[in-house]
Amino acid sequence: MERSTLDLWVGLFVIAGIAALTILALRVGNMSGIASGKSYQLTAQFTNIGGLKPRAAVKSSGVVVGRVEAINFDNGKFMAKVTMNIDERYKFPTDTSASILTAGLLGEQYIGFEAGAEDKTLANGDNIQLTQSAVVLEKLISQFMFSKAAEGDPSKAAK
Amino acid sequence: MFNRGSIINIRGIGHHIVDGVLRFGYSARFIALTILHSGTCFRRPRLIVRELYFTGVLSLIIILVSGLFVGMVLGFQGYQTLKIYGSESALGVLVALSLVRELGPVVSALLFASRAGSAMTAEIGLMKATEQLSAMEMMAVDPIARVVAPRFWAGVISMPLLAAMFSAMGIYGGYLIGVVVIGVDQGSFWSQMQSAVDFREDIVNGVIKSVVFGIAVTWIALFEGYDAPPTAEGVSGATTRTVVTSSLAVLGLDFILTAFMFRGI
Repeated sequence: MERSTLDLWVGLFVIAGIAALTILALRVGNMSGIASGKSYQLTAQFTNIGGLKPRAAVKSSGVVVGRVEAINFDNGKFMAKVTMNIDERYKFPTDTSASILTAGLLGEQYIGFEAGAEDKTLANGDNIQLTQSAVVLEKLISQFMFSKAAEGDPSKAAK
Repeated sequence: MFNRGSIINIRGIGHHIVDGVLRFGYSARFIALTILHSGTCFRRPRLIVRELYFTGVLSLIIILVSGLFVGMVLGFQGYQTLKIYGSESALGVLVALSLVRELGPVVSALLFASRAGSAMTAEIGLMKATEQLSAMEMMAVDPIARVVAPRFWAGVISMPLLAAMFSAMGIYGGYLIGVVVIGVDQGSFWSQMQSAVDFREDIVNGVIKSVVFGIAVTWIALFEGYDAPPTAEGVSGATTRTVVTSSLAVLGLDFILTAFMFRGI
């Protein structure tokens, strides 16, 4: 094997390897997301975060505008405190409400922003006042079952 | 109560254990010496390039073909199971996560051990059997710096590249079966994959795994070759041991690394 052919093959091999890594990073992983851009931090308190995890998406009108940075427990208010990084390109009014939603029936949970009507916008470190907790499926089912049971109550059906 | 034969057997067990510990210590000294003597091959990168050709480029075909087939099988089997829950759109997530986290690094390391590791052991063992290593020492050429170190670094460099190509090829295979053949929606295949696969948690951890496997496999292959009895029988035994030991090492290390990396998720 000649030296130059050998070098060519090794060069192609290394390039193909790095190309595969780049494909994995950009096409398969979420590197192409918000990670690179500048962002500002917002916090919000929820009574129940359900299955929300760090790095979950923050969406507004279905568009990803940021990611959950950290989830802690606020021992003063006895509520979950969620810290989010929001892309600097997007500004939200101060009366924006945040709710924990689920993608699909059993899908991943994310935070949805519903923009308010105020003129002032949220800045770095601000806290979102209006929040709505995650829907807990067990509670929903038990509520449904109790109301169904009440409907089928013979004492009520008789009158 | 004990006859002579059983005492000899018990002594044999002790001998095996002591011998194993001795060999492990010797191999640790060997790898430390290899890293210390790597200066030469970094000053002359051509030595590494030549070995990269033999360990990396020549393993390419088997890695790419098996990656494609593993991905296609994952596409079929994943679809069968996900269909039951009506979540065929998560096929991309299943294929990508299982390849990037586990199958990519592990299967390519196993293939690397049997394709490149065994060749390394046989080559060095034969060099020792034909006294080429001794001849080098006579000419004041350090065989560790000239023969062992370039192979070690070539193995460490090519392993993560091969694993990345295996994963990329496997994901393409899963796409081929899932989207092109079965007809899962293309958009949800890619977008669910992208939202579920994290760069730091999944891809970087996969690369770390394959670097560790690369070190383990080349270390075992080089040591077995260097330590092989200089006979035809000795070299063949060493080659077999390389494949068995490094496969077991890869699987064991994979368990330890997975336990550390994905414990909390």
